[in-house]
Amino acid sequence: MEILVCIKRAPDTSENEIEVNRDGTDIERDDLVYSVNEWDNYAVEEAIQIRDKMGGSVTVVTVGDEDDEEVIRREMAMGADHGILLSDETFKGSDGRGISAILKAEVEKKNYDLILTGAQADDGAGQVGGILAAMLDWPYASLVNFIDVIDDKKIKVGREIAGGNQEMHEIDLPCVLSIQTGINEPRYVGIRGIRKVASLEIPVHTAGDLGIAPESVGESGARTKRLDYFVPELGEGAEILEGSTEEIIDKLLEFLKAKGGIK
Amino acid sequence: MAQQVFAYIIHKEGVADDTALEMIAAARKLDPDASVAAVIAGAGAELDAVCRELVSSFSEVWKIDNEALAYVNAEVLRRMLVRILPKDGIVLVPHEHFGMDLAPGLSIMLDAAYLPDAVDFEGVEDGKLKAVREEYTGQVSTHVHCDISQGAVITVRPGSFKADESKSASGKIVDKTAEAMEGGLPGGARRFLEVVEAEVGDVDITKSDVLVSVGRGIEDEDNLEMIFDLAEAMGADISCSRPIVDAKWLEKSRQVGTSGQTVKPKVYMALGISGAFQHVGGIKGAPFIIAINKNPKAPIFQAADVGIVDDILDFIPELTDRINEMKG
Ligand SMILES: Cc1cc2nc3c(=O)[nH]c(=O)nc-3n(C[C@H](O)[C@H](O)[C@H](O)COP(=O)(O)OP(=O)(O)OC[C@H]3O[C@@H](n4cnc5c(N)ncnc54)[C@H](O)[C@@H]3O)c2cc1C
Ligand SMILES: Cc1cc2nc3c(=O)[nH]c(=O)nc-3n(C[C@H](O)[C@H](O)[C@H](O)COP(=O)(O)OP(=O)(O)OC[C@H]3O[C@@H](n4cnc5c(N)ncnc54)[C@H](O)[C@@H]3O)c2cc1C
Repeated sequence: MEILVCIKRAPDTSENEIEVNRDGTDIERDDLVYSVNEWDNYAVEEAIQIRDKMGGSVTVVTVGDEDDEEVIRREMAMGADHGILLSDETFKGSDGRGISAILKAEVEKKNYDLILTGAQADDGAGQVGGILAAMLDWPYASLVNFIDVIDDKKIKVGREIAGGNQEMHEIDLPCVLSIQTGINEPRYVGIRGIRKVASLEIPVHTAGDLGIAPESVGESGARTKRLDYFVPELGEGAEILEGSTEEIIDKLLEFLKAKGGIK
Repeated sequence: MAQQVFAYIIHKEGVADDTALEMIAAARKLDPDASVAAVIAGAGAELDAVCRELVSSFSEVWKIDNEALAYVNAEVLRRMLVRILPKDGIVLVPHEHFGMDLAPGLSIMLDAAYLPDAVDFEGVEDGKLKAVREEYTGQVSTHVHCDISQGAVITVRPGSFKADESKSASGKIVDKTAEAMEGGLPGGARRFLEVVEAEVGDVDITKSDVLVSVGRGIEDEDNLEMIFDLAEAMGADISCSRPIVDAKWLEKSRQVGTSGQTVKPKVYMALGISGAFQHVGGIKGAPFIIAINKNPKAPIFQAADVGIVDDILDFIPELTDRINEMKG
């Protein structure tokens, strides 16, 4: 099975406080720790497990620039066979449709059976998988938390729905799936694994290589545009308890007793 | 704005979802003069019951009634909607598990703009809608422009618009089934099989009065011990956010949120939980919320009544000791 996994480099929100920069044009990026988008790690792990069972290969791809090479290498250290960087000046400012159009051009260069994306990106919207599938006219399932390969024509998938329930479908290949966290336990990548792939050449495909008309992507092709970042007027919010830990606990215990929080 | 506004209605067992009336409020914010048409798919008596409920709120209710939609499969419905919706319409869809399945592809098939997960609208100018979104689990917000001149599919975050309960319309039901079925039943490449119900856990957190809820801030599985100790001292049950379940540290039945359980405790203590809308969306019944988080800007402090900015790994053992002392 030939599997393509779309990945994105994103600030690690559990490690960072995300703040708006001074003029509201971006977030403060200087001290951010980046990693691969949380959901994409699950997608790559799933792809590797399917390959190990069925044969074939796993390719990871990202639309970005040279900074994004690190996430391609990381996922190759995890076990992906190939990595591709899609990069071009004209890609800058792409919206979800633009990113998907660029990915579509890459998909059409090879015969993939299965495309995986994350269910959403850390800063994101949950749009790329569904848009890409519609552009390719391939079937799609979102929020997938279970995959069982039936044969080389069809697979069985579980979609996560409300209340922890799961919706089962049979879906024809080739198809696009967006992967939800928890579908597997992504393997650990150690320093040694990273070192092994550190000097691999990552092929870069440009708009020209992909046959993409510049005006169809990037800022000129976008129908949505981010105007600014801001911190919303906060409501009253919580009463923040202050003082020494001892004093804070005194106050907290009073609240807990008053509200029935201690039995 | 001359474009027609549609609201996709999610329903279950003959009752419209809470988001139905939120979509009207969202549409009115988009265009105060909009006559909003509900679009709904399903089968038989259950569908009819929802339609009857909706006519008092929407000027038109467009229904697609087919046995194949008794359980709605987004791959089928998307292709039917393309047959009935005007190309330049504005289609509002709730941003939840069904909407996320349906909407992105619908925008492409209608050749319309796609605006995901909007939380507010701030007016339309020169064919451009100004909307508000959140990024990084609500740590920052953004204004975005969406060119709606050739139509748009917009997913709206549940709970971000206050339901319009005015019931001021006396709409009519328009049966769109024939038009939607023209050319036969589409979308056969993904076939719905069944719904597998969640496993029942040893504790039913939906019945708990006091919940000690733990998030990724606990950092390590071994640290859960201090949560068990605190919960025991308080006489509380333990719940958690999604990453704790993903890591298999606690069972799925303890997850609070839109893809987990909806809880209604008296007291909810959120420990090392950032406050993503999918988590907070599972806390109902206005409990007294206590949040402890080392990041003073964590969105959970907006939802909480009382907040403590501290490292839970230091704070919790001290709190547990004090409670145990107090109880003697
Ligand atoms: C309304 C709106 C307006 C925007 N305006 C601008 C703008 O003006 N300028 C600008 O630069 N950006 C803008 N963006 C951001 C840009 O659109 C996103 O980077 C792009 O849409 C894809 O990221 P996402 O976070 O939306 O992906 P999601 O759809 O949330 O991510 C789902 C999955 O898609 C895949 N994926 C996402 N991005 C990539 C990628 N780059 N390469 C490979 N796979 C990927 C991954 O598998 C990921 O897990 C805007 C976004 C929105 C929602
Ligand atoms: C379709 C969909 C459905 C989802 N459904 C759910 C759901 O049902 N339930 C759910 O919970 N999530 C759900 N999510 C995931 C949700 O978007 C968030 O990713 C998740 O809630 C984050 O969990 P968290 O707050 O524990 O982790 P994080 O967002 O990583 O937050 C950890 C917090 O802990 C704080 N912290 C770190 N260390 C410490 C410390 N030592 N002391 C004190 N504080 C500390 C940090 O400041 C941070 O605020 C869903 C997502 C999707 C896409």
